[in-house]
Amino acid sequence: MRKYLPQYLAISPFFLLFGVFGLFPMVFLGYLAFHMWDGIGEMKFVGLDQFKFLVTDDIFWLSLVNTLEIWVMSTVPTLFLGLVIAYVLHSSIKFTTFYRIAYFVPSVTSLVAVAIVFGSIFSSHFGLLNAVLEWIGGGAVPWLTSEWGIKVSISALIVWQWTGYNAIIYLAGLQAISGEVLDAATVDGASRWQVLWRIVIPMMKPVILFTVIASTIGGLQTFTEAQILVGEEGGPGQSGLTMVLYLYQQAFKHNDFGYGATIGVGLFLVVLVFSIINWRLVQQGERP
Amino acid sequence: MKRHVVLVLGVLVSLFPFYWMVVMATNATENILKFPPALTPGGELLVNVGKVFEEIDFFGSMLNTVLAAAGATVLVLVFDSLAAFTFAKFRFPGRNALFVLLLGTMMIPPQLSAIPQFVVMAQLGWVGSLKALIVPAVINAFGIFWMRQYISGAVHDELLEASRLDGCGFFRQYWHVGLPVVRPALAFLGIFTFISVWNDYLWPLVVLVDPDEVTLQVALGQLNRTHDTDYGMLMAGTVLAVIPLLIVFLIGARNFIADLAKGAVRG
Repeated sequence: MRKYLPQYLAISPFFLLFGVFGLFPMVFLGYLAFHMWDGIGEMKFVGLDQFKFLVTDDIFWLSLVNTLEIWVMSTVPTLFLGLVIAYVLHSSIKFTTFYRIAYFVPSVTSLVAVAIVFGSIFSSHFGLLNAVLEWIGGGAVPWLTSEWGIKVSISALIVWQWTGYNAIIYLAGLQAISGEVLDAATVDGASRWQVLWRIVIPMMKPVILFTVIASTIGGLQTFTEAQILVGEEGGPGQSGLTMVLYLYQQAFKHNDFGYGATIGVGLFLVVLVFSIINWRLVQQGERP
Repeated sequence: MKRHVVLVLGVLVSLFPFYWMVVMATNATENILKFPPALTPGGELLVNVGKVFEEIDFFGSMLNTVLAAAGATVLVLVFDSLAAFTFAKFRFPGRNALFVLLLGTMMIPPQLSAIPQFVVMAQLGWVGSLKALIVPAVINAFGIFWMRQYISGAVHDELLEASRLDGCGFFRQYWHVGLPVVRPALAFLGIFTFISVWNDYLWPLVVLVDPDEVTLQVALGQLNRTHDTDYGMLMAGTVLAVIPLLIVFLIGARNFIADLAKGAVRG
């Protein structure tokens, strides 16, 4: 064993820090969920009470539905548009570096900054979008003051920020497909759409799965968009209240650490379910 | 032709919010709120910036952000490249199991543990301190995984063997043989870490409890809460917070984008 001491030393910082700041907190989250605690005073063991409350808590279920709705409304257009842009970029030869940077830049820009800018574009009273709508003769739309408007605005922000990122990843996947296969198909008389649906997309399956998994992990944790655009309570009808926002609000605004932890366990189970679904998808994808 | 229309349209949508941010930052708020609003950059930037400096401790927050992002980047580069080098080039009992465990840590969403992590920080006395942002950043399984892939291909076993015969111990092999070869990968991982810590919001919002000692993103959030329709001032702050990071990104953009895409396709 002494022989391997340097190797174990070299990998130990990761595992030690993971133990302290990753694993222990997860275990402690489960422990906290059984206690009433305001974060300062004594913890009080309450058994399953908070879980019983959680399953009957309409706001918790609302936050779950909100999160999933926003996730679908943002992920579907993001991945579809990303694929289209990648496909077009792939056959373009001019200015490719410029295009790549221009499409990628939203994904490295601070989400807080982006959300503030989108807040000014979608603002119901002073927003640019409504100014344009009024100018062309349509009426103003209550983007950030109506239940569906909030979800559309948050989703639009996510689509804007992540479409280019996914396009770049799809582009790398496309470039890995040999040109000969595509040429052969074209020679055999396949149309461009047939090539895309029958050859390109099946060959891109692993890459598409990667983007689906990344979007799931990101989508289930949506927080900043909602907190900046509609605030801690989630806006009118609480339709911007995502699960992480609800957790944050309970623990850090209402000082209910115990119930916040219970929401955390609920969120963990949701993440787990989606991870299992994703994992099954990956396994199917790997089968020849 | 049709393709170019699609691409150019996409670029316009992609870049418009940046243009609009600059328009608002350089105009007086009245001119943005009137109908029709100002649509081109104006000359009010300095006035708006001045108002930002009155409202928030901009340079203090900037310093905190730079310290946190730079500190985390240095730690990640040292510890994660060392771990990646070890996993890529050495055999030792438990290697595979430990690597699977490492990949498993990616399944835990970081947002989820904000509450218990806060409690841990409270126990350590790190609440309100930048250490709370810097130290946990080392837990970057993606970074180690990505570096390991790179090192496997880039560092040649013959070279390591030769240095071993010359009497180099493990750490000297890492320093003299490994590091010089993986410099491009370090650049990627460095930029990646710097950007994520710079942009992080929920965790600093939670753990930096003193409203006067925060990062730029948290300060921007405060500004948005208190002056949400003073667009001129708000956007001046946003521009100032976004520009340094865009510069860091643009310096390495070409390689950075290629590396990230490669990692995703391979993974």
